[in-house]
Amino acid sequence: MTHMPKINRRSFIINVAAAGAGLTLGIKLPFATDGARAADVIRAADGSPEIDAWVVIRPDDTVVIRVARSEMGQGTMTGLAQLVAEELGCDWSKVTTEFPTPGQNVARKRVWGDFSTGGSHGIRDSHEYVRKGGAAARIMLIQAAAAAWNVPAAECTAANSVITHKASNRTVTFGKVAEAAAKLDPPKDIPLKDPKDWTIAGKPLKRLDTPDKIVGKTVFGIDTRMPGMLYAAISACPVFGGKLQSYDEASIQDMKGVKKVVKVGNNAVAVVADSWWRAKKALEAMTIAWDNGENAKVSSATIANFLKDGLEAEQAFVGNKAGDAKGALAGAAKVIEATYSYPYQNHAPLEPMNATALYKPDRCEVWCSTQNGEAALAATSEASGLPVAQCDVHKTFLGGGFGRRGQTDFVRQAVAIAKELPGTPVKLLWSREEDMTHCFYHPITQCKMTAGFDANKNLIALHMRVSGQSILATVFPGRMDKDGRDPVVFQGLNPGGPEGAFGYDIPNLLIDHAMRNPSVPAGFWRGVNTNHNAIYVETFMDQLAHEIGEDPLAFRLKYLKPKHAAVLKAVADKAGYGTPAPQGVYRGLAQIMGFGSYVAACAEVSVKDGQVKIHRIVGGTNSGHAANPELIARQVEGSFVYGLSAMMYGACTVRGGHIEQRNFDTYQVMRIDEMPKVEAIVMPDGEFWGGVGEPTIAVAAPAVLNAIAAATGKRIRNFPLKDNDLSAA
Amino acid sequence: MVALSVNGKSYNVDVESDTPLLWVLRDTIGLTGTKYGCGIAQCGACTVHIDGVATRSCQVPVGTVGAKNITTIEALAQDGKLHAVQKAWLDLDVPQCGYCQSGMIMAAVSLLKQNPKPTDADIDAAMTNICRCGTYQRIRAAIHTAANA
Repeated sequence: MTHMPKINRRSFIINVAAAGAGLTLGIKLPFATDGARAADVIRAADGSPEIDAWVVIRPDDTVVIRVARSEMGQGTMTGLAQLVAEELGCDWSKVTTEFPTPGQNVARKRVWGDFSTGGSHGIRDSHEYVRKGGAAARIMLIQAAAAAWNVPAAECTAANSVITHKASNRTVTFGKVAEAAAKLDPPKDIPLKDPKDWTIAGKPLKRLDTPDKIVGKTVFGIDTRMPGMLYAAISACPVFGGKLQSYDEASIQDMKGVKKVVKVGNNAVAVVADSWWRAKKALEAMTIAWDNGENAKVSSATIANFLKDGLEAEQAFVGNKAGDAKGALAGAAKVIEATYSYPYQNHAPLEPMNATALYKPDRCEVWCSTQNGEAALAATSEASGLPVAQCDVHKTFLGGGFGRRGQTDFVRQAVAIAKELPGTPVKLLWSREEDMTHCFYHPITQCKMTAGFDANKNLIALHMRVSGQSILATVFPGRMDKDGRDPVVFQGLNPGGPEGAFGYDIPNLLIDHAMRNPSVPAGFWRGVNTNHNAIYVETFMDQLAHEIGEDPLAFRLKYLKPKHAAVLKAVADKAGYGTPAPQGVYRGLAQIMGFGSYVAACAEVSVKDGQVKIHRIVGGTNSGHAANPELIARQVEGSFVYGLSAMMYGACTVRGGHIEQRNFDTYQVMRIDEMPKVEAIVMPDGEFWGGVGEPTIAVAAPAVLNAIAAATGKRIRNFPLKDNDLSAA
Repeated sequence: MVALSVNGKSYNVDVESDTPLLWVLRDTIGLTGTKYGCGIAQCGACTVHIDGVATRSCQVPVGTVGAKNITTIEALAQDGKLHAVQKAWLDLDVPQCGYCQSGMIMAAVSLLKQNPKPTDADIDAAMTNICRCGTYQRIRAAIHTAANA
C-alpha cells in the first residue's frame, strides 16, 4: 500500500490523461500544478521513491508499476504493465504491480486518470498516458545517471533496468539512481517509441498474476479478512421495485453468533453474525414480509407482449439511415422477413457480489472486487454520509466482472450495514441465490428484420427494428440524449465512427429502436448490445444468402466494408471455408465491429438427434494494436465460452415480478465437455487502438447458429437454444 | 468443538457440526484459497481433497469429516515445489480471473491420481467445474501436459 500525503507536483501526467481518455469520456481533469517543490519526493509505503505516479523503483531494482484499471481476468494488469515497462526500459523479470486506491487518485487530482474498467476500454483509452508515464520515468532516471557521471544525458541509454554511458563504459542500475531521479523535474517533451521497436509491449509475455492464482494466494474481495471482522448475509425484495415490509428480528436473536439485524435501505434486511454461515442460517430462519407492489404482476409473457408492440410502433429512434428503406421495400422484387427475441441473462461471475466495510465516525473504508473504483468510492461516501476525502476503496482482484461489478449496489449495502456497527469491519456476502435474483441483467430485446431484393438479386433495402430495453435508462439515465434516447443500443450498427460501425453498405437502410423498459433492471453485460445485434444481423444476412441461392461468404463480401471484410476472410481462410468439412460437419460465419475492433468467426458444428456439437471455431480480431497477443487470444477463447453459454442456455425468466433462476442448476453454463477447439487469429493492422475483452463474444453465437442452419435448415430465432427442438431437423 | 486435520495440521473449531466444511476452511481456519461459488455442489470452486479424493466442500458437513485428511490448494505445493499440475497451469498460463482455478487444480490432481493418462473424454467426464472466463481449452491442455510430465 502506498501513502501519498501531498499533492503530486508531477501533475504533468494529468495533461497526458486529458489528451487521452479523460476528455473523450467528458471527465474534467485539473491541469495546474500546485507549485510544490521538486524536492518533495513521494514515497511508497516501504519508503521507495516514486519516479512518477506510474513507477516506483526499489533499491533492489524491483519496479513497481501502478495499474489504475481493475483486473478481472482480462489481463489488463499485465498488458498495461507491459506498456509502461516498454517505455521505461526495465527488466521485465523485476516488474511487480499494485493498484492505487481511488481515494489516492482523487487526492492527487486524478493523476492516474480513469479507474473504470468496462467497455473494453482498459488499454485502448489509457495506452498513451501510461506509456508516457514509463517514458518520463526513463528520461528522469537517465538524467540522474548522466548528472552523476557528469556526461550529457543524450549519450546515455536505458535497457533492461540498466543505464549505460557507452563512451566511458559505465553502467548503473535503475535502483541506484532512483532517489536522485525522483527529485528531478519531469520532462515536458515525452516522445514515445514506434510500436515496431517494441521488445516488451506487443509480445506474448506471461501474465503477472498467474503464480499467485495457482496456489490460492490471490486475494479476491470475498477473501478479505480483518481482525474482529463480522459477516453479513442479506435478502432484498425478490420483486424489482418491491419493499421490505416487516421482519421478525426477535425470532433469531438467540441463534448462535447473531450480532445484529439491520434494515438496509427500503428493500432489504441483513443479519450480521460472527460467521457468514451463521448469518445465512439466521437470515433464512427469520420471517420476512415483502411489499411486492405493482411489479408482482410482471411475467416473461407480459414483457414479451410489451416488447412485441414495439416491433410495429410508429415512434422509434433512428440510429442508422441511408436512402429510403421503407420505399425501397415497398417496390422490391422479393421481400424477406424474420422476427427474433433475446432474453434476460445474468452475468454470474463465479465470485458472488460482496464488499467489506469499516465505518468509523470520521472515516469509512471498503475492500471489494469492483470494475469501477471511483464509483465505489462515491457510493461509499454517499452511503456513509462522509465526504470523499474521508473515504477510500481498496480494490482486490475480481472473481469475474463481465460488467456486473461496474455497479455499486453491494458497496452501498455493505457500508449501510457497517454504519450500524461503528469500528467493526463487516463483510457482506451475497448468496448465489441473492446474486442470481438481484442483477442488472443483459437487456431483453425483440427484433424484426426486413430485407428487399431487386430483380437481379441485389440487396437494395434493409429495415432492422429493435424493440426493447435501454441499459442507460437503468444505470446511467443522465447519459441518455436530450430526447431521452439511448444511443448505445446501436452498438455495431452505427453509420460510422471508431466504436462500432455497421459493416454492410446497403443503399436503403433503416435501423431503429423502440425503447421498451420493463421492471427488470438492465445493465452492461460483456458484449453489451452487440450480443443480440450481431445475432440479428448476421443470422439474417446468412438466411438472405441462402434464400437467394448465394454462398454466405460471397454474399456478405459484396456489401462489406474493407476492414470488416478482411477479418471475415481471414477466419474463413483459416477454417478452410469453401473446402469440404469433415463428414456431418457444417460451417457458419459471422462478423461485427464492436468496442473499436473488427471481429469475425467461423464455426464448425454437427447436429445429431437434435444435439448440437460445436467442434471448432476460428475467431479473428483486428484490434489495431496488441499490447500482448496471447492475452488477446485468451479473450477470444474465453469470450466464445461466455457467448456460447448465453446462446445455448442463458435465460432469466420472470414470474410474479421476480427472476425464477436461483443457481447454476437452473441457470446452466457451458462446461469443459462442450468446449470447442478455438483458434484465434490476432491480426492488428497498427492503424488504431480497439478493445479486446468483449468484441469477439458477439460473433460466436451467430457463427454457430449459421452452422446449425447449414446442418439442419432450421433457423433459431428465439433464445436460448435449449428451448428449441432440433430433433426433427 | 469439532476436530479436523487440514493440510497436516490439527484444528479444534468452535462451529455447529452441520456447518459446511467450506466455511470452516475459509472463515474459521482462514484458508481462503478454497472458494464459494454456488453452495449446491454445481460449480466446484470449493473442491478440496478428502483423503486424496476431490470433494465439493460446500456439501460436506464438518461433523462428518472425522479423522480424514483434508488438503486444500494452499498445501498442494510441497517444500516450495509446485505440484506437476500447478506447474502445467503456470507454463500454459491457464487462469484468467483465477477464481475457479483452485477448484479446477484440485479436481485435476485427483483425476490424474486415479487416471494418470486421461483421454479427452476422461477429462470431459471428470472436470465438471464451472469457469465463467472460459479457460477450458487451456485446462484441458494443462492436464495433458501434467500427465506427460
